[in-house]
Order: sequence, then C-alpha cells, then structure tokens
Amino acid sequence: MDKLWLIIKREYLTRVKRRSFIIATLLTPMAFAIFFVVVGLIFQYESDDSRRIAIIDEGDVLKHSIRDEKNLYFRFVDVELSVLRENFADFDYDGILVLPQVNDLLARNYTVYYYSDKQPTLDIESFIREHVSERLREYKIEALQLDPRQLEALDTRVELDPEPIDEAGQNASKLTGAIAAGIGGLMGIIMYIVVFIYGMMVMRSVMEEKSNRIVEVMISSVRPFQLMLGKIVGVGAVGLTQVAIWAVLIPIVVFVSTLAFGFDSETQMEMAQRSAAADFNPEDTEALIALGLEEFRSLNWWMILPLFVFYFLGGYFLYSSLFAAVGSAMGDDLGEGQSLTIPITIPVVIAFYIMMVTIEAPNSSLAVWSSIFPLFSPIVMPARLAFSPPLWEILASVAVLAAASVFFVWLSGRIYRVGILMYGKKITLKELGKWMFYKD
Amino acid sequence: MDFPNFSTYIPRSNETLQKFTKNHRVAHPILSLDNIVKTYDKNVAVDGVSFDVPRGSIFGLLGPNGAGKTSLIRIITTITRADSGAVYLDGERLSTTHPEHIGYMPEERGLYRKMKVGEHLYYLARLKGLSAAAAREKIDYWLEKFEIRDWWNKKVEELSKGMQQKLQFIATVVHQPKLLILDEPFSGLDPVNTNLIKQEIHYLQEQGVSIIFSTHRMEQVEEICEHIVLINKGRNVLQGKVKDVKNRFKKNLYRIQYSGELPPGLEERARIVEQTGHDITIQVGEEAQSNSLLQFLLQHGVFVHAFNEILPTLNEIFIRQVKEGVNG
Repeated sequence: MDKLWLIIKREYLTRVKRRSFIIATLLTPMAFAIFFVVVGLIFQYESDDSRRIAIIDEGDVLKHSIRDEKNLYFRFVDVELSVLRENFADFDYDGILVLPQVNDLLARNYTVYYYSDKQPTLDIESFIREHVSERLREYKIEALQLDPRQLEALDTRVELDPEPIDEAGQNASKLTGAIAAGIGGLMGIIMYIVVFIYGMMVMRSVMEEKSNRIVEVMISSVRPFQLMLGKIVGVGAVGLTQVAIWAVLIPIVVFVSTLAFGFDSETQMEMAQRSAAADFNPEDTEALIALGLEEFRSLNWWMILPLFVFYFLGGYFLYSSLFAAVGSAMGDDLGEGQSLTIPITIPVVIAFYIMMVTIEAPNSSLAVWSSIFPLFSPIVMPARLAFSPPLWEILASVAVLAAASVFFVWLSGRIYRVGILMYGKKITLKELGKWMFYKD
Repeated sequence: MDFPNFSTYIPRSNETLQKFTKNHRVAHPILSLDNIVKTYDKNVAVDGVSFDVPRGSIFGLLGPNGAGKTSLIRIITTITRADSGAVYLDGERLSTTHPEHIGYMPEERGLYRKMKVGEHLYYLARLKGLSAAAAREKIDYWLEKFEIRDWWNKKVEELSKGMQQKLQFIATVVHQPKLLILDEPFSGLDPVNTNLIKQEIHYLQEQGVSIIFSTHRMEQVEEICEHIVLINKGRNVLQGKVKDVKNRFKKNLYRIQYSGELPPGLEERARIVEQTGHDITIQVGEEAQSNSLLQFLLQHGVFVHAFNEILPTLNEIFIRQVKEGVNG
C-alpha cells in the first residue's frame, strides 16, 4: 500500500510539475477567453466607413422618413436619377437608392435599384432589404385597407409544454428538453475527450517506461500490478485536477474577458436576437432566458455532479487500464502498435455516436441498454443524466460500470505484467489474449 | 552467521534438500535454488535448475544467450514466479517482502529521464522500503562517495551515458541489499566506470554482500568470481569453485622452458603437444606423472627455467560444455 502510494505520488507530481502541464492547463481557458473575445469583437465590429445614400422614392413607399442606421446616412432627394448619376462625383453620395412605383399591391416581388460605383456591402444590402420590406408591408396594409391586428393574429406560435401524468412528477417546462440536451451533450463530449486524453497519457507513459527499460528495475521492487495501478490512479488524479481547474477557470476567464471587453451578455443576446427569427420580440427572449436559468437550477445537481465524477472515474479506469495493457504490449515503435489501440477506440467512438442519438431520444431502448453496457455507459449515461432517467437504470449502470472497471483493471494487469517484459516481438491481439492466462 | 564455506562438494544435511541428488550444496547459502522449472507458453526456459550461492561470495551465473539466465534472475528477483521448485533467500522461502533485500541491475537498464537525480534515487530507495530519512542519508553517502553531490538537482536526461551508469549502480545498491544481482554490469561501460564498478563490487563483498554476476564474458568471470554455475538450455551444466572447475577440466598440460638437449625417451613418458625452440608443451597421462617427468628431465641434465601447469580457461570449458550440451 505504501509503495502504491509512492508510485501514485510520483506519477502525479512529475506530471503536475511539468511545464507542459501547467501551460496546457492555463492556456486552455485562455484559449476559450480569446475565442470568446475574438468572436465577440467580430460580431460587435461595425463598419467604420460611413456612407451617405441618396433615396429617390418614386413610389413614396417610405413616406419621406427612414431612420439612419449605424454608419448609414440617408437623404431623400427630389432630383432626376439621370442628373444625379451624371454629377455623382460632385454630390458626394456613395450610392443612390431608387424605389419605383408599386404597381401591383398583390405582387410578392418588388425590386429596388441601387446605383453606385462600388458593390453594395452586405450590411447595406441587408439593411435596405429588411427595412424596405417592413415599410412596404405597412404601405400595403394601408393601401389595401387591412386590419393590422387581424393580420398579426394569423401568425400563431405553437409551444409544447410537457406535463407529467401523475401529479407528483416533475413539471417540466418547454425548455427542459433543450437544456437537458445541451448539458447532456456537453458532459458526453467531456467524457469522450477525457477517455482519450488521459487514456492515451497512460498508454504513452507505459510505453515510455518499457522502451526506456526502467520497468525491469521498477518491478524488481514492486508488483507490476502496483506499478500499473499507481500509474492509472496518478494520471487519473492529474486528469481530475486539470478538469477541476478548467471547470473553475474557464467560466471565470470567459466572464472576466467579456466584462473587460465591454460587451455584456445583453449585447450578446441582442446579437443572438438579430440572427434569430425576426418575430422574436425582446420580452420573449428575456422570459425564455429566465425560464432557462430556472430550468438549469432546478436540475438535480446533487445527483448529476457526483454521478458525473463517478462516470469520469469509472470510464477512465476502464479505458485507461485497457490502454495500459496495449501500451505494455507495444514496442518502441508507436506506429507498429497502432492497430492494437483500434479495438479500444472503436467502442469509444461508437459510444460517442450513441450519445448523440441519445440526446434526442433519451429513453429509447438503445439509450437505456447503452447506458448499462459498461464500455458505452461512461459516455452515454452522463448525457442522459439531465433527462432524469429512472433510478433503477442509474443504479444498474453504476453497479455494472463499477464491477466492469475493477474487472478490466484486473484483466489489464494480467496482460501488462507479461507485456512489459516482452521485447522485440510483434504482438497480435491473439497473443494478448493468451497472456491473460499465463501463470505468474 | 559466519559459517565456514566448506568445499563446494559437501552435500547439505538439511532434510528438505536431501532430495537433490547430483547437486553440490553449500552450508547456509545466501540463496538457494531448488529444482526450478519455468515455462513460457510451451517454451521451457528453466528446466529443473538447482544451485546455492555461498554467502559473501561473488558468484558467476554463466550461460550463452537464451540459456535461461534472465528467466532465473527474474524468478530470484520475484518479478516472475517459478512454475515449480523453491527459492530460499537467507534460508527463508522467497516472498514479496524479499525484493527489499535484493539489488538488481538488469542488463537493459533505464532511468526516468525527466526526473531529477536526487528525486530519482529517493524514489527507488523508498520503493525498496527505506524510510525517508534513511533514503536521504544513503543517497548522500553514495553521491559523496562517487563525488557527485552537486548532481542532486540535475535532470537525468542532462547526464551523459557514463554518468547515468553511475546513477544506475547507486540505485541498485542504495538500500543495502544482502544480495546483489548484476546482469552484464559492464556492458556499455567505459573503462573508467568499469574499473569503478569493479572496485565497488569488491568493496561491497568485503562488507558482506553476496553478489550474483551474470555474464557471458568469461575473462571477467575469471577475474572476479569465486564460484560459478553454468546454465545451458535451461539446465545447470556445471557448478563449483572456479579453481575446482578448472582443475576438473584440466588435461594435465605442462609448459616447460629449458636450455640444453631434451633426453631421448621423453616421448614415451609424455605426449609433446607443441614445441618452439626451448619452449615445449607436453601432456602427461595423469597429474602425478608431472613430478616424475620433472625428475626425469633434471636427471638427464636438462636445465629447467620454468615448469608450469596449463589450466583450461573458463572460456574453453564454457565453449566445450555448451557444444557438448552434456553434464560435465
């Protein structure tokens, strides 16, 4: 036990103290921050060249009023288009917008003309299109003598609010599905990454010890199983440390950087609105966000977080032990052993795809059985947790994963003890299988 | 604890060891192997090997490549377990606590490249069961001894190969093992380090450490070892004191340097193997005849400058035994 502790300590400390670890741990949140800032800045960026546009409103669609927008300045002119075009350079306009007569009130198309020596930029184009469309609608309503309120009533948004059959059930709001899917997907992806990053870390470390020949010295002092377990636990602790630091640092860094760069969540929301459907009014958005936050808070975090840590550890132990076994069989040549890692990566990738499907149909039988099957459950189950799956499924999944992790660690230990002493031989999967049954 | 080393050929009276028939046992050996068998898959790597390592000796474990030396060493160091047979370290059946009394330097040896020298030695010492304080004290002692105190904070990867070899040796002996197992310890060592390690081996022997020295370099064995066992194809072929083994295989060859004329009739008494000028190598039928031969020469007025017995080198014996593949 003492020795196991010494090994864990070394595996943990040498990694955590390494410069590359510190850099990766700190830089990842920084990368997030930079990403957010850059994205924010790009969205926030407003064209700084101001443009003046002359409007010839032949159809009187705009009724001599249009609001200036950002760097766009409009002026209604009563000059002939030909005159304007001839003296374009003198007038100091960037463009001339011509709105022709509306001949057919029932026509669904209306063409405006934009004269310029430059191509209209996207923001000019979209502004003109949206604005004219809006004003034309008002113009037509008036011309056709329609009742605007009746017209609006034609637009009905249908919402779905799930309700439980029995009263005791949790009353889910219309957002539950979306939020759970978001959280579930995020957790599933984190698990997927964790298994790969830290599993591979274990594998590389085992290979390094083997090819560097320290391993024989080590196992003349400790049991091979102790060495393997110490390494798995040590690297797992490194993973927990890193993920914990990220979990704290990323939100802080993102929050601080958004503050520092002066765009609060409100402008971001505005941006979101702008890109979202036009009929989404701001009050709705606010209500939706409030509802979302409430929904987020109402999730059973006391259940989800510990279970997440459990699946993190379970999945990590299961897969990293397999990676350790494969690493022990590999020679100095990473490429040669690559084929041995395929049987491990395939279930991880399959689990990832099942997870994606699971988010959409969290109670399908595929989802249920995958979250019990131990090779899939570490990735699939975390994605389902936010959908509050039945208790028996959670218990079954936890029990099976716990048992499977122990079993796989034991099994890998059997392969590992043979593999680390085997040099200069190309190893096949069949051989790995045989090693399990070797005597000590 | 200080039992005299009886002649290698005296069988041990211990009842548990009586079933060994052809083996030569030692009184209270530091290490005793009893009919060890080890198979990998269907390969028999070790096939009933038994021998004793006398306490405080330097013991040569010899054999060609693939003879089963490494398999045996891995069993002794508890890295693997024998399929059958028993190993006794200092009279106790080998168990998982014993690695703390064994220092093992494998032929292929490495270090953690990213660790600092001090940390590395400390880690290995602690794994061998030393307390924190004892580990520090021992490491200080050895670094001092090799005059490399200022290495403590150096990273292993910054060291030259020769420096790493020193480090590996320290790592092997830092926990004061009773039994030291060195597998081809001089392979890859420069002459300076070779000498240094040789000195340390002798020094440790004086301190009472028993040393198993595994190699196929016979000249080193002759120089260093007192006892040997020769393993071939998983069986022990030959064992005993180096001197005794050599005597056992001698062919009663003598080299005579003389002046004057060789008397007639010499051919009837001995076979002339080689003759160059006044330097002759002869073979007699049995050892006792050497005296009468010398007498014969002297009586016939030959002036004898030198009269030496030629013993076979271990290398010759080794090659012959391996070729024959039979028990000598």
